[in-house]
Amino acid sequence: MKMAAPISIHLEFGGGAELLFDGVKTHHVTLPSQSEPWDVKQLLEWIKANLLKERPELFIQGTTVRPGILVLINDADWELMGELDYKLQDQDNIVFISTLHGG
Amino acid sequence: MKCKESPALLIIRVGDAFCRNCFKEYFVHKFRAMLGKNRLVFPGEKVLLAVSGGPSSSSLLFQVQEGLSHKASKKLRFVPGIVHIEEGAACGKTLEERTKIVADLKSIFSTSGFPFVIVYLEEVFSLPSSVLQSIFSLPTEKDDLYKDAVAGFMQSCHTSVKKNLCHETVAQETTLTEDHTHASLLSTHAHANETSISAFRGKFPFSPEQTEAVKKLFASMKTLTAKEEMLQTLRKHLILYTARIKGYSKVMMGDSCTRLAVKLLANICLGRGAFLAMDTGFSDPRHGDITIIRPMREYSAKEIAFYNKLFGVPSVFTAGLNTKAPEKASIQHLTESFIVKLQADFPSTVSTIYRTSEKLNPRYSQTPADDKGTETCLLCSCVLGIELRDEASAFCAISISEELSQSKKPEGGQVSSSTMEECCAENKMETLESSGCSCQSRERRNTTPDFWSLLCYSCKLVVKDMTSLDLLPEYILEEANRRQRRTQIKREIQEYLLTSEDDADTAP
Repeated sequence: MKMAAPISIHLEFGGGAELLFDGVKTHHVTLPSQSEPWDVKQLLEWIKANLLKERPELFIQGTTVRPGILVLINDADWELMGELDYKLQDQDNIVFISTLHGG
Repeated sequence: MKCKESPALLIIRVGDAFCRNCFKEYFVHKFRAMLGKNRLVFPGEKVLLAVSGGPSSSSLLFQVQEGLSHKASKKLRFVPGIVHIEEGAACGKTLEERTKIVADLKSIFSTSGFPFVIVYLEEVFSLPSSVLQSIFSLPTEKDDLYKDAVAGFMQSCHTSVKKNLCHETVAQETTLTEDHTHASLLSTHAHANETSISAFRGKFPFSPEQTEAVKKLFASMKTLTAKEEMLQTLRKHLILYTARIKGYSKVMMGDSCTRLAVKLLANICLGRGAFLAMDTGFSDPRHGDITIIRPMREYSAKEIAFYNKLFGVPSVFTAGLNTKAPEKASIQHLTESFIVKLQADFPSTVSTIYRTSEKLNPRYSQTPADDKGTETCLLCSCVLGIELRDEASAFCAISISEELSQSKKPEGGQVSSSTMEECCAENKMETLESSGCSCQSRERRNTTPDFWSLLCYSCKLVVKDMTSLDLLPEYILEEANRRQRRTQIKREIQEYLLTSEDDADTAP
């Protein structure tokens, strides 16, 4: 069975979401190779298991992000890219911005 | 989608897709249209921007910067300044954390080129009681004034030789109305211990005792709801004070559409239903000489977050009172969670609430025409007695049942009255400098029920949540005393006052 190569993803957290990741805003991660291409849904699970330091319910609700958290894939709204079903590619830039703290 | 050339980057509401350039155009245009449509900001007027560092207010600052720059077509024409209220003391931050945040903000503010001032929450203990008074002038025809002002401004700009003289000429020509002279008189009646806001004693313009006092004030409130409301009130007073002493006539707040929709529903839950139009509308005239305007009120939180990310608007995240709090920690937090969740499945939620709020108009006049007439709330400056106008209202029912339950326990009463008696002795020693302090403290013991009549229903609930009224900053207690004495004197001379019915008889 052919395995896809591991892919590098740049993650960014803003708007207060970084509080849940020890205050670190940018993360460069390498997702291990697997047979099926990675999609955003799996990425969220991976983040929950490997990066999230506290209060998972403030970031993830069920299988998707908590309402109020915007997701940008390569500077575009994830709603235009297929949301959870978007298939990740090497060097993609995913940004999570929390809009729950106004200003 | 509009241009059909570049790829779509984001979706707003249902089905409105924008590419990068169309989005920028749309965003900037909305800001200009908001200001232009309402015609409240006069050319050359001094406008204070209240920037908390969060995304909405940072976006507001950015829009004003862009709008005033020379490159802008039909550039904006007012004179901005920036104020930031540093609230770290209430949120339990350390001095190091607060210094870092303030440093980050200062670098953003200096880049803008506008004059800025950082006000710390602790300075609430140095405010004069005049900040709670509203100053009103006679109503004038707004439309004519606006057109004349624009015409006058354009003329003065053409006649001045150098371009950079423009702002100065207009600032000088703006005639000081009665409002402004009154405001400057008020500021001289400052509290005896007041230090000027920009003076620095050591590193910070406040003492560790004041930080402790802030912490005690917030610790005395049991619910997060009351804490958030109190913080908002104190923040507003500090902004108003800054605006008055620096000569600003307008304050721009960065409340987004989402934030205002949350505020609308939360305020109904808090008992502020009568003041929804003022609390969430474009302009808030209740303070008289200073008008608060909300130019960001048509932008959803998503639009603002996207714009900031795509166009590099700097903002500083500051944790607030309800950061990482559980969902039901406070009414405001729960309402926000409710609306945001609903919005995820029904993207027109926020705009529907917004449209509804636009249609709200006060049934009774919201602002007293002169400050001798209708009574206003001590803390939020809203008209008092709205709930008493209908005899069959829910409020009357609540107050009747409250009265009945209290008369059964004559000793129980209110927590505040017993603590008032203890504090009188302390106050005699502390406030030797303020006028008539010893008679004031004796009066405080006797006038506790009158104190509650100075507050509107929701402010009453906030203050009742405190364990002791003395933790309130001095300016609030002073103003409360002043108003109670006025009411008392008015009662005493009531029979000698001519009423409007008497005037009608003697009119020719």
